[in-house]
Amino acid sequence: MNEVILSVKNLSVEYRVEEGIVKAVNDVSFDVKSGETLGLVGETGAGKTTIALSIMGLLPVPPAVVTQGEILYEGENILTANEKYLRTLRGNKISMIFQDPMSALNPSTYVGDQISEVILLHNKVSKDKAREMAEECLEMVGIPKNRYAEYPHKFSGGMKQRVIIAIALACNPNLLIADEPTTALDVTIQAQILELMEQLKEKKGTSNILITHDLGVIAKMCDRVAVVYAGEIVEMGTLRQVFKHTAHPYTKGLFDALPGNGLSGKKLKPIKGSMPDPTSLPENCKFANRCFKKTEKCDCSIRLVDIGDGHLVRCISPLCCEGVK
Amino acid sequence: MSTILTVENLKKYFDVPDGKLHAVDDISFSINEGETFGIVGESGCGKSTLGRTIIHLYQPTSGKIIFENKDITFATKKECRDLLRRMQFIFQDPYSSLNPRMTVIDIIMEPLLIDGMKRKDARQRASELMEMVGLSKAFETSYPHELDGGRRQRIGIARALALEPKFIICDEPVSALDVSIQAQILNLMLDLQEKFKLTYIFITHDLSVVKHISDRVMVMYLGKTVELAGTQELFNNPVHPYTKALLSAVPSTDIDEQQEREILHGEIASPINPMPGCRFAPRCKYATSKCRTDDPHLVELKPGHFVSCHNINS
Repeated sequence: MNEVILSVKNLSVEYRVEEGIVKAVNDVSFDVKSGETLGLVGETGAGKTTIALSIMGLLPVPPAVVTQGEILYEGENILTANEKYLRTLRGNKISMIFQDPMSALNPSTYVGDQISEVILLHNKVSKDKAREMAEECLEMVGIPKNRYAEYPHKFSGGMKQRVIIAIALACNPNLLIADEPTTALDVTIQAQILELMEQLKEKKGTSNILITHDLGVIAKMCDRVAVVYAGEIVEMGTLRQVFKHTAHPYTKGLFDALPGNGLSGKKLKPIKGSMPDPTSLPENCKFANRCFKKTEKCDCSIRLVDIGDGHLVRCISPLCCEGVK
Repeated sequence: MSTILTVENLKKYFDVPDGKLHAVDDISFSINEGETFGIVGESGCGKSTLGRTIIHLYQPTSGKIIFENKDITFATKKECRDLLRRMQFIFQDPYSSLNPRMTVIDIIMEPLLIDGMKRKDARQRASELMEMVGLSKAFETSYPHELDGGRRQRIGIARALALEPKFIICDEPVSALDVSIQAQILNLMLDLQEKFKLTYIFITHDLSVVKHISDRVMVMYLGKTVELAGTQELFNNPVHPYTKALLSAVPSTDIDEQQEREILHGEIASPINPMPGCRFAPRCKYATSKCRTDDPHLVELKPGHFVSCHNINS
């Protein structure tokens, strides 16, 4: 359980575009341990997807440039690895589920063939054997195998997402990155998909990185959480540390802004303002302009510090200073 | 409290190659002045079509829409234009509902100019509206693409308020926004409601939002009303099996709360030429043979709490 399978160290990524340099990811470090689900939570533009694409070696270069850091998987730095090695990883040892099930499938290939394609690519098996394995994958995600030879347009959103999960898990990866896997789905279908992902994780022991903006999904699925804001991790810890002993004002703000924690008619507590422009990020705390606890002391660059038991916070006056389990 | 809008047996069918798509199928309800009426349901349940039919973006197939004691079901073009002075619409997507070639101030002025206001006065009024929705003067000459989602939605709100309507239909106004921005916009909408005594229809798939903002909530499934009740009543004592499943499907942020989850199997059926009987029957674990043949009707279980289910007594 405690073996580290992926380690991201001081990763910084920027996009060099006409408007300037967009600093999408700034000095992000985290580990993923075997068998755990790590949640990356944050709002639009926080850099969550860029982190995922870096791990997959799928950053669009150019305009993306990795300015520092390394991503270690089985001792190998993914960022400097050659394309041939990456191909043996992607879809085989590290898989990714993309946000939009409507556009992630090839519309002119049978869904079953899209699964066996991955199997054939990474395993020395015959076509018949691959088809058999693909049919098993379909059944594993709750789709009858007689739908192997159908096109994606015949499937609903939830079914497509099941197919995508089947493709991602076809080669038994040991790390699965799910980027907003249920955001495009209705709640009752979301509940089905989350249930399925949990079952498969238990059955296969896959480690997961789950990217979402939905704190409810995080609460249900994750062991540990990293809160991302303006390309930085502002808080990281176990689910309990982050949800019950929230230390960063931004994390607190996210919880407070959620409706439904009180009676109707009560005013919500939004976080004032909006996220800083990523082409000109401030040097000091990036959340300071929106923070209700801002003081003069915030005008310096702030490091991520351990406030106890591995609960990391990037704030000089965290909301709950005593380390709690 | 007087009734501002009454909808009776409203139907909206679309002609599609395979037959008729029953988007809104025999819906009735009425809304009191000053209240917020929430409509929830999953994609394809007909909630947006219902909103658009009420404001005549679609022609109703049959039924009755009575607004401020006037039957507007088959209003003429001229009448529809007059109607827009009283009733307005806020769209879901602040990215595609604003003309990308117009500046912010022009977008907000447009309804005023169409209504016949002089350009100079319209400009003055549009500036006031911008201030009212919290948009700084600096954005007057900006184009929509230069603004973030929250500010764009503020433009949509300012435009909807331009003609001082009494009644606004909001179709997923915060669904495209991040939570911190979503809270800003919801607060703004609550402020404006208080200030101008607005009545809202609030269409959304997000149960926590609807719970927060609505006085009464109607749950839709495949073009039909399955349950309608006061917000507290609906969330505390849901009766219809679909409502129960829907409420339990929302993951809670309280990690200590033991959630009883009812996972629905199967998926929403096609609204094209639907089979007789309860629309929810194929996914309902309590369904009997009667459910598959007879349409259930909306019955009043307690004062103000309506349910459409054959098995409510068991």
